[in-house]
Amino acid sequence: MSNTAANLVALNTIVRREIVRIVRIWTQTLIPPAITMTLYFVIFGKLIGSRIGTIQGGFSYMQYIVPGLVMMSVINNCYANISSSFFGAKFSRAVEEMLVSPMPNWVILLGYVTGAVARGLVVGAMVLGIALLFTSLHVAHPFITFLSVLLGATIFSLAGFVNAVYAKKFDDIALVPTFILTPLTYLGGVFYSVKMLSEPWQAISHANPILYMVNAFRFGVLGISDVDVGVAFVVMLGFVVGLSIVALQLLKRGVGLRS
Amino acid sequence: MTSTPALVVDNLRKTYSNGVEALKGISLTVQPGDFFALLGPNGAGKSTLIGILSSLVNSSGGDAQVFGVSVNKQRSEAMRLIGLVPQEINFNQFEKPFDICVNEAGFYGIPRKIAAERAEKYLKELRLWDKAQMQARTLSGGMKRRLMIARAMMNEPKLLILDEPTAGVDIEIRRSMWQFVSAINAAGTTVILTTHYLEEAESLCRNIAIIDHGTIIENTSMKRLLATLDVETFVLDVTAMPDELPSLPGVTLRRRDEHMLEAEMARSHDLNSLFAALSTHGIMVTSMRNKTNRLEELFVRLVEGGRNGKEQAA
Repeated sequence: MSNTAANLVALNTIVRREIVRIVRIWTQTLIPPAITMTLYFVIFGKLIGSRIGTIQGGFSYMQYIVPGLVMMSVINNCYANISSSFFGAKFSRAVEEMLVSPMPNWVILLGYVTGAVARGLVVGAMVLGIALLFTSLHVAHPFITFLSVLLGATIFSLAGFVNAVYAKKFDDIALVPTFILTPLTYLGGVFYSVKMLSEPWQAISHANPILYMVNAFRFGVLGISDVDVGVAFVVMLGFVVGLSIVALQLLKRGVGLRS
Repeated sequence: MTSTPALVVDNLRKTYSNGVEALKGISLTVQPGDFFALLGPNGAGKSTLIGILSSLVNSSGGDAQVFGVSVNKQRSEAMRLIGLVPQEINFNQFEKPFDICVNEAGFYGIPRKIAAERAEKYLKELRLWDKAQMQARTLSGGMKRRLMIARAMMNEPKLLILDEPTAGVDIEIRRSMWQFVSAINAAGTTVILTTHYLEEAESLCRNIAIIDHGTIIENTSMKRLLATLDVETFVLDVTAMPDELPSLPGVTLRRRDEHMLEAEMARSHDLNSLFAALSTHGIMVTSMRNKTNRLEELFVRLVEGGRNGKEQAA
């Protein structure tokens, strides 16, 4: 059997195992984001949003926040999936099954990222389905919509993997979502247009990578964005490449994995 | 024509980041088809050596070759040849034994159909097939150990490394595990075993290396090593014992309790004269057994001898 064929089998094994895990604990992986986002839609979209009226480009507040909330649930779930799954494997030492195998590092990384992206996309589709119960949407640019959500999911899967590699205890994988991810998400234009901010806050907001993901996705769905979509894709691709290099280097050096 | 050794360890060194020097340049060779014992006290460096061979530990120097394939330079190719049964349980306890085995095969690039056939074969051979679809966490300790052996066999390795596989396992299961591993070895798989149950090593292994403080203090055949043992200690159950033990030439007697004696004597000393002398002093022996197994006796002497030598040198 060639190395390529063997690597594909190994990749398929990791992805399959990750998806089985997501489905096995569906009450932890799929239901909570659906409930949380339903509450966001009811409270922010319906109750408060009905008093705000249109916000940008003639869209209702409910329509405006849908792309941001979909992207928020995608990146949160990608991050949570890969960080808990990979750290869990480290904690139980089950990761050694992979480390002692002939599988190259990139297969391990790609397998875990694919599993996390799969959960992110399923949750994103569920949240979008729930949103359609509250409002109507017409996807303006389907390809940009898909590409932006895919890149956003990949970035946060890679970031979650790096976090899990460094984590020594379960608290360590909760720190980043609590103190970095959540503030950046809320300040990343999910609920408002950064054009509503005065300077220097508007300029500062452009240092937030989540702003580019949310706006690229919003451009794909609604056709409006606070940032140049081309710049947004360059930023996202830059993060994918940069984080992939970091993750592969960590695996190569065996940081937190090999003595 | 000589065959390629199953394992060549060449001047292997490991110093951990905290400064502990776990391996101080060890070298050894294991021939194909061998059943090789790697013994040593806790912290001697056995698990570090196994960690390097299985690529879980990065070496600080030297190299190891598995059937001629360098663990450092051709990691993937070397790993295809090795099956590892680690000391600690290291599978996802929420998965099913069947899935654990099939996934393991997948990591080695073995297609799912073949993996499923092998999983059935090895789970049946290790008497786990009826537990194949249960969550692994519900298995007993012995079953979990057997599951790790089944998992290690999924890539049908040429070199099987067992790191204390029977720790905490009852004697019946231990024997069934050894039957399985002996059969694997008889079929051609080279086996390296570390264990603290020295009677296992004595009965199963043909060659032996003893590690202590990161160096190999003995590396020879089991037969040759056992032949060096010149003293044996017997435990004697007796019907009656005088208040003062007799002094017998060439034998050291020690009282363990009212009905039990220990007799330490040279291996060349014949037992008939011992029984005759005891009988003369009114001591009647009802049964007798070896105090320790022979390898254990040697192991303790070698390790303690090495330490005493170091203390004197210091």
